[in-house]
Amino acid sequence: MNHFPSQWGKPRQENVDEYNTVPLYNNLPQSAAGPMTRTQQPIVTGSSVIALKYKDGIMMAADNLASYGSLARFRDVERLKAVGENTIVGASGDISDFQYLQHVLDRVMIDQHCEDDGHTLGTPHIYEYLFRVMYNRRSKFNPLWNALIVGGVHKGERFLGYVDLKGTTYQNPTIATGFGAHLAQPILRKAVEGKEDTLTEEEAIKIIDDCMRVLFYRDARSMNKIQRAKITEAGCEITDPYSVSTEWGFAEKIMGYGA
Amino acid sequence: MSGIGTGYDIYSSTYSPDGRIFQIEYANKAVENSGTAIGLRVKDGVVLAVEKLVQSKLIVAGSNRRIQSADLHIGIVSAGLQADGRYLVQSARDEASSWRDNYRQPISGKSIADRLGLFVQAHTLYSSVRPLGSGTIIATYLDGEPTLHMIEPSGVYWGYRGCAVGKGKSVAKTEIEKLKLDELSVRDAVREAARMYVLKIIHTAHDEAKDKDFELEMTWICEESKGKHMLVPKEITEEAERLAKESIKSEMEDA
Amino acid sequence: MSLKPGEVNLGTSIMAVAFKDGVIVGADSRTTTGSYIANRVTDKLTKVHDLIYCCRSGSAADTQAVADIVQYYLQMYSVQQDEPPSVHTAATLFQEMCYQNKDQLSAGIIVAGWDKKKGGTVYNIPLGGSLHQQPFAIGGSGSTYIYGYCDSQYKDGMSREECVDFVKNSLALAMARDGSSGGVIRMAVITEKGVERLFVPGDQLPVHWEG
Repeated sequence: MNHFPSQWGKPRQENVDEYNTVPLYNNLPQSAAGPMTRTQQPIVTGSSVIALKYKDGIMMAADNLASYGSLARFRDVERLKAVGENTIVGASGDISDFQYLQHVLDRVMIDQHCEDDGHTLGTPHIYEYLFRVMYNRRSKFNPLWNALIVGGVHKGERFLGYVDLKGTTYQNPTIATGFGAHLAQPILRKAVEGKEDTLTEEEAIKIIDDCMRVLFYRDARSMNKIQRAKITEAGCEITDPYSVSTEWGFAEKIMGYGA
Repeated sequence: MSGIGTGYDIYSSTYSPDGRIFQIEYANKAVENSGTAIGLRVKDGVVLAVEKLVQSKLIVAGSNRRIQSADLHIGIVSAGLQADGRYLVQSARDEASSWRDNYRQPISGKSIADRLGLFVQAHTLYSSVRPLGSGTIIATYLDGEPTLHMIEPSGVYWGYRGCAVGKGKSVAKTEIEKLKLDELSVRDAVREAARMYVLKIIHTAHDEAKDKDFELEMTWICEESKGKHMLVPKEITEEAERLAKESIKSEMEDA
Repeated sequence: MSLKPGEVNLGTSIMAVAFKDGVIVGADSRTTTGSYIANRVTDKLTKVHDLIYCCRSGSAADTQAVADIVQYYLQMYSVQQDEPPSVHTAATLFQEMCYQNKDQLSAGIIVAGWDKKKGGTVYNIPLGGSLHQQPFAIGGSGSTYIYGYCDSQYKDGMSREECVDFVKNSLALAMARDGSSGGVIRMAVITEKGVERLFVPGDQLPVHWEG
């Protein structure tokens, strides 16, 4: 029931509509700000995430930087998130959207805890769920501006998958997002493919660190403060932030254009 | 009851001339007929326990849970109509989740009790709904601080150190009052709850319910459970129950 | 998220710094439409609760609307919960508004204040609506000129006097280089005991190299 008598079909008139509650236009052709647009753009962003399969499980790494354009604005952002006992989600792209996704994942895990039916969400389930969320949002032309890597161990099986803002998904023994897809992926492939079942933890750490070093050298939106996660049957561990060693000494001898 | 036959007990939206709402009192009856549930708030956590009547030999052991979670850190047990208890827990989950959406933080024990109190009370206002036949105990543990609240079918709630609801509530209350709850640990509380359960079973063994089977369901929230509301591990419950039986047996032999 | 035609912009240099006993928030006072100074004595430090302030940058209209709504939420919260809200609570409310309406808003907000649990706390909510807790935060167009200065001068656990000087010097440097910042420096010192507003007139700003 409409409780505004002035809108019961009478024309706009001062004796029934003292306060001009009838709008001049019932339907404005469009808002004053112009047509509604929904495709956003990333603003505060994280760069690459890289991950690989090794003998005992999955290893993943990302740096702690959130850039604002070219400005290195926040240098203590954690881009690897543990979800449940045996899964890690790593994010590149918009940090506000990643924070929202973390909240959504927390909610899903709480719902699961409340069910208390003995079932838990394993890595493939979390991956499928994230895919659904990402695909739904892109279908509303309002994507969550991220490329995500989901890694973990489920029922003794290692799992490593990629999902991004367009709802693209794939699984592979090595995955890298952003600049890493260009710079790290070739290194990862050479070092890992065919050796997934034999690589030791030490070897995996070395491969990851080598890739992060290359990214630090060549990605202008990266930083040498990184975190590494390992997910095994026993659970997941995320390291404290650390740095990789770098080599600059050779530059001293380089002078002139080199022609 | 004086109200019977006078027509004042048909709707919860109607007072009797002496200012009572009979439908709420009837709801209390539903609660009093149910298996006993207790809550113990101790120095390092909270323990919930319920004596569950096993309706049939065909039911799988441990099924038909009476204690539920509303969030990671919230445990709820209700005595009375089981379906009403589940309805209430659903509402608690919605409240806890919406709080998290708004504040990105878990809801406090005080707040969830307050919201649920309002919800229960709302069911006493309208002729189109029936007051909830459930006495509800809410346990939370947040930032090292345990809380315990109990809501009655009228929507009234209080904070407690220890509380009991259901058929054996007076026996349980006398037992709880003997405890120094502020000095106990959750492990102690588990043992005390098991003891009360065993006592209750022995006392009622001579009653009409002697052929019925009982099950003890017990949950806790504490550091040992990583701040999460969950079932007390089976070994611990069974051990506590065994010890309780032994000690009570020897007490009875001495007496 | 650019400004709409004719919109008033808080060009702005703002900052918040946690120190030993609480936080200090500070801001310049210039509001511009294009290159015209619409207001030279603006107050960009907005109280949202007894011990919680926000520093506003971006669209004046958007940030005022958001701050007013959050102020209302916090008032309701403190009455209903019978306790003052934490700074984190205030910050998440700001974040929620900024994130959910990111396509409509241009608002960069710093939330700072004192609460029982965490003492003096600073949160930064940049354009996209992400939330970052920081020991100190700077924002607005002028802040880009003073990242280096602030990184080199900030210390953990400063005294009140050290902190006031840090804020005053940082803002003066930003105002000197940013055309969209200027006027006076306004500050608020927030501690357990309450809020004290400080003021530096435009003709008494700290002077650095002016060559």
